[in-house]
Amino acid sequence: MELTGRVEVQDLYKDLGGQPVLRGISLEVAPGEAVAILGPSGCGKTVFLRHLVGLLVPDRGGVRLDGETLHRLPPARLREIRAQVGMVFQGAALLDSLTVGENVAFPLRRHRRVPESRLKEIVAEKLNLVGMGGTEDRMPAELSGGMRKRVAIARALALDPKIVLYDEPTAGLDPVTARAVDRLMTEVRRKTGTTTVLVTHDLLTAFAVADRVAVMEAGRFVALGPREAVRANPHPLVQAFLRSSGLVGLPQEADGEA
Amino acid sequence: MIVNAILDRLGTATLRWLEEVGAAVAFVARTALSLARLRWEGQQVILQMSRAGVDSVPLVLLTGLFSGMVLAYQTASQLLRFGAEGFVGGLVAVSIAREAAPVFTAVTVAGRVGAGFAAELGTMVVTEQVDALTVMGTDPLEYLVVPRAVALVFMLPVLVVLANAVGSVGGYVVSVAVGVPGAAYVDSVRQLLDLHDLTGGLGKSAAFGLLIALVACHKGLRATGGAAGVGQATTGAVVAAIAWILAANYFLDVLLF
Repeated sequence: MELTGRVEVQDLYKDLGGQPVLRGISLEVAPGEAVAILGPSGCGKTVFLRHLVGLLVPDRGGVRLDGETLHRLPPARLREIRAQVGMVFQGAALLDSLTVGENVAFPLRRHRRVPESRLKEIVAEKLNLVGMGGTEDRMPAELSGGMRKRVAIARALALDPKIVLYDEPTAGLDPVTARAVDRLMTEVRRKTGTTTVLVTHDLLTAFAVADRVAVMEAGRFVALGPREAVRANPHPLVQAFLRSSGLVGLPQEADGEA
Repeated sequence: MIVNAILDRLGTATLRWLEEVGAAVAFVARTALSLARLRWEGQQVILQMSRAGVDSVPLVLLTGLFSGMVLAYQTASQLLRFGAEGFVGGLVAVSIAREAAPVFTAVTVAGRVGAGFAAELGTMVVTEQVDALTVMGTDPLEYLVVPRAVALVFMLPVLVVLANAVGSVGGYVVSVAVGVPGAAYVDSVRQLLDLHDLTGGLGKSAAFGLLIALVACHKGLRATGGAAGVGQATTGAVVAAIAWILAANYFLDVLLF
């Protein structure tokens, strides 16, 4: 059964190594919507994202994709659902023993019986979509960080997923490449209509790509809403993020320390 | 107070130990299930057979040759003192077939291949490649562990056959050099060496292959925390694999011979 791309997170709690990491997170994402989770390092945003694809099992609460609770699904159904969720990992996580083309083809080979010629077409199409056409035979180790990220996005899109998850898509990239990846994520979303959830510590990325932004601190959301509402939110962490990204320029605010 | 603190430490250590054992048992059980279901990734199996097996040949020839030579040297020089040169060939051949070839080959492969498995899988864990496999609907056990286990179970006995061959040649040459008549050597091999000595040794080596793959892959998949974690996993894999080989060797000997 095909997903529509609805994501519902209900009161998610998770401890790791005896430390509380997620402390009651709820979020609903409509099909086709883009939501960014913005937060400082170590606030739990990657742990949150890993729950959305069932890589972690919640201590309390749950994640439902189109009404199906991930951690209660039998393995076969979870596998079917995962085929409709693309995930872009922070370090790209390309399989470094395979070529770029083989990496993009990997999910197709695992989930669908596609004839070899059609497979090549799909791989070329996905690589073109991310501006990496013609790189099929190169090895991941030969690519720059930004290029690897693009290939990872192509691979996440290989099965035409209904939901795409990005973990720190611009971390470790130079500002110019980072903005290019922002544009790519926006373009991918416009062309494919996927539900998008991204976690980032880069406010520019969050504001460039997402319809709604959640600001996370120590395992909780301290703000959640459309961009403009978040911009007006007086919470110190939100304001600190705005100031450090140069999006708030009032002198008295710039002087005050958060 | 002190008693409480000690009990607390003991309790924590016990829990951690139980967790480790539980994880290992679950890992072995799940791998065994995948193996039994014959969900073998053909391409991966062949790739691993080539890397773990074929690429190990030079090293195995070298260790096989020298272990045969040293066995023959010690056996021949001791037995010659008692005028028992008629037993040298048989004793050397049986020792090589039952013990020297399987154990030395397994230890060599644990060092070379086991370390490689742990380092590769450990790196894949810390760079999220294993998570990526899971998200792409591929069970890392089936894609990474099963092919390595299958490859070593089949390739280690092949390597042991080679070690037997070069070890026997080395043993013969050294024995003759220290004064054992060639014909007597060959005669005593014929009299004392059973087919069962050879097949038993090969059977043991298949078990060692499984042990090396399971221990190394398990350590690799449990690596945490970047380069240091991968290094620890690799060292741990080799040490644990060799310890398991030597322990298993004793019990398999009792069962087999």
